[in-house]
Amino acid sequence: MKRTIPLIIASVTGFVLVGTFFIPYTRDWGDEVLEWFNILAAIAFILGGGNLMKLSLQKISYKRPGWGYAAVTIIAFIATLVIGLGKFGVAPVKEYPTYSLAGPYDEQGSGFWWIFEYVYYPLAATMFSLLAFFIASAAFRAFRAKNVEATILLSTAFIVLLGRTYAGVFLTSWLPDDNVLRLDNMTEWIMNNMNTAGMRAITIGIALGIMSTSLKVLLGVDRSYIGTDDG
Amino acid sequence: MRAFLENLDRRWIFLLVLIAVSTPILLKLTFPEAPSKQVRTVFSAIDDLDDGSRVLIALDYDPSSKGELEPMASAFTRQCALKKHKLYFMTLWPQGTPMVNQAIDILKNEFPDYEYGTDYVNLGYQTGGEAVIKKLASDLHGTFNVDANNEILKNIPMTQNLKNVRDMDLIVNVSAGDPGTKQWVLFISTPHNIKTVAGVTGVTAPTLYAYIPRQLSGILGAIKAAAEYEYLLIQNYPELKENPKAKEGLRRMGPQLVAHVLIIVLIIIGNIIFFTGRRQGTSV
Amino acid sequence: MQGSIRIRMMMLMAAFVVVCGWSAISNAAPPAPPSGITVKDAPNDAGTGLIVEWQLSPDDRKDADPRVVVRYEIDRLARPLKPENETPIKESKFAKVGEVNFQLAKYLDQNANRQHEYLYRVRAVSVDGESSTAVESTVAVQPELQYFDMRRAWYLVLLVVVGGAVVYFIQVVKSGKDLKIRKIAGLEAVEEAVGRATEMGRSCLFIPGILDINDIQTVAGITVMSRVAGLVAEYNASLEIPTCRSLVMTTSRETVAAAYLSAGRPDAYREDDIYYLTDEQFGYVAAVTGNMVRKKPAACFYMGAFFAESLLLAETGNAIGAIQVAGTAMPSQLPFFVAACDYTLIGEEFFAASAYLSHEPHQLGSLKGQDIGKFIGGILIIAGCLLATVVAVMTDPPSGLESLVTFIRENILGEKGFMP
Repeated sequence: MKRTIPLIIASVTGFVLVGTFFIPYTRDWGDEVLEWFNILAAIAFILGGGNLMKLSLQKISYKRPGWGYAAVTIIAFIATLVIGLGKFGVAPVKEYPTYSLAGPYDEQGSGFWWIFEYVYYPLAATMFSLLAFFIASAAFRAFRAKNVEATILLSTAFIVLLGRTYAGVFLTSWLPDDNVLRLDNMTEWIMNNMNTAGMRAITIGIALGIMSTSLKVLLGVDRSYIGTDDG
Repeated sequence: MRAFLENLDRRWIFLLVLIAVSTPILLKLTFPEAPSKQVRTVFSAIDDLDDGSRVLIALDYDPSSKGELEPMASAFTRQCALKKHKLYFMTLWPQGTPMVNQAIDILKNEFPDYEYGTDYVNLGYQTGGEAVIKKLASDLHGTFNVDANNEILKNIPMTQNLKNVRDMDLIVNVSAGDPGTKQWVLFISTPHNIKTVAGVTGVTAPTLYAYIPRQLSGILGAIKAAAEYEYLLIQNYPELKENPKAKEGLRRMGPQLVAHVLIIVLIIIGNIIFFTGRRQGTSV
Repeated sequence: MQGSIRIRMMMLMAAFVVVCGWSAISNAAPPAPPSGITVKDAPNDAGTGLIVEWQLSPDDRKDADPRVVVRYEIDRLARPLKPENETPIKESKFAKVGEVNFQLAKYLDQNANRQHEYLYRVRAVSVDGESSTAVESTVAVQPELQYFDMRRAWYLVLLVVVGGAVVYFIQVVKSGKDLKIRKIAGLEAVEEAVGRATEMGRSCLFIPGILDINDIQTVAGITVMSRVAGLVAEYNASLEIPTCRSLVMTTSRETVAAAYLSAGRPDAYREDDIYYLTDEQFGYVAAVTGNMVRKKPAACFYMGAFFAESLLLAETGNAIGAIQVAGTAMPSQLPFFVAACDYTLIGEEFFAASAYLSHEPHQLGSLKGQDIGKFIGGILIIAGCLLATVVAVMTDPPSGLESLVTFIRENILGEKGFMP
């Protein structure tokens, strides 16, 4: 029963929504359902956030390995929440000069804005920029001209790497602007033709995979995502 | 030496990347750019519009990809302002609000004649991802009832008569992932035939080439395209020549070039080790 | 002599005044009105659209410089449809509903409804804002509801064919027929990876992507998770699943608990090993990679939707010497996984994974159905390319061939539906 009812709901909802794609009158139903989902996901955050707090507090109280990180998590979590909800540093808006909390919580100069600008932004940018380091180490380790295919791949990578910088223009600047052998032109040709063709093939395969997986879920052939009847 | 390279600790590579990236920044190295056909197409899409056209600028990225995408967003904003287009800013990313504010700061600081409500409006962030995009196709006021300053859209001159996104002459999307360019293409530009251009990260660009030219007029992929775009913008609008903020993309091409060359060198070294090892009967 | 000069001067001034006056009048004069207005129902909608068409104003010439007509304004009069035997409802007034630029002679009004009938009028507007007289429609039109969107007719055909093939092969396999499925190295490696983790006494790490449960990749990832959890339970290893979304955490807990139960080891299931971290992409990556460096899992599985974090995760996994299997349908992340992981399931392989790992025959049937879809897609692409190339290359292609290409382009791929 615990599995059958969700399965019926999933199946009926899924097939109805597939049908709405073809019926003009019901075209907006999918958007409506997506809004329900967003509300559900937002409420579910309480569950996730609560779980994060619980596990972090457990880690600290039992002094499990890495409990220091858990402490940082909790402090950051509570500080951001308090500063954001309390609207620290928010200036009153001109319509309500006597109400100090009338301004938006994230306006320039507010505590929340400060956290965003000077803590969140540098941290996020740092994590993203790690990619540059990891790409270099992965390239050094993995790119080997082991066979003909790998060699072709490697040559293409060199062309695109050079063609995506001034080096490409500089190295083949002696060729006329529209010559196909110029590295920048070759790069553009590779991206527009070879890359697009490959991407299209992969995308078609993915689309069919999505369709088949969706059908399996809607028909109840694959039920592993809804747990068990017991318990 | 070969043994050292064979078992090279990745931290040496990280150090080399750090040097490769920081040296051109410290030496302020910049290089000339030759705008590609793709970049010219995007440029023309904005430039060929009649002055005062309606342009929706959707900035769907967050601080983590700011380094790559902000020069594009800034260049688009500057070009639109120089063409006196009516600008509608929005974002579908919760951390995208400061990105929109930074674009609007350009208007405030560099185009003081641009007035809020008549020349540009900030619709702000709306939660819901692709559902927002779909809804925008039929009902703007139902999707964004108020702007980012909580002003009702019906009271703002630029938005009071707008019905939906189909009233736009062009959509400019700067995106780092989902929801982003793919969703704008699938739910707006393709079904409603609205001209769309995009600026995207180097990683996502290859997946979007398939939509060009019918569903997407053109894309700027990665910082290289941003630099070419800035170069083209400065060539066409020489008043930007003295503005250092209009050359952020060009400035970032120095580290890009040196880092690319470093990666090529690393790959070559890796292959030399591989082949010498194979000849001697060991594999790496 | 002087008198005649004065007269000439006066005549010249008078002529100048007349010319200036005339040009001022002509600038302010309203443009000629458009003509031939027709109103019809917009097809393929829910009874909300009407199409207004007209003939351009004679002053709206393509090559006009300066332009006389700059836009057309469209007014609408909505008349509520009165129920029978009731007194007529008072008509409302014409109100502006939209405008289109010069050289355009069509307007789609999408804010109509079936409880009204509508009259329209169109005016040409000059650069000075002068409006022409309006041309008005004579017959009131009511929008109609269409029950099927004909533009999507071919989608339905393809959906029925491919979906039908999937369902058919599932039934075929259920009836006992054996199907041959090629080996997928990445999936064969799953068991090896879990086995190695067990031998080393270290945990397995499973990342079901960073999107929410409404993304089909996350669902596919969770079905693979179910098989991995089953193996982990069987081998008596441990499994850790940090999630990026609360709902994914809840679903994963249900799935893993079910897998442990099926493996006969419900007591080994630990709920706290499946935990939520943050919705924030890089915050999540920082926490996961930090954990990886500290706990050094022996096997890492990345199955779901990934973005820029793919390489950060996979390179960290590589650095700690874990055996890594990845699967995603994000084409942009595939190169990173291929470079850094031991095995990568590319696109459709990832969706095939749950069927493959389940070893359940009826699930394998869906893969065969998928192949039929791919076969049809391949045939259509090759045939379409060949036909289009032949028509483009031939100087005088047969009209039948040309209309076939047009039919494919406009009806099957375009929006015209079944009928040419």
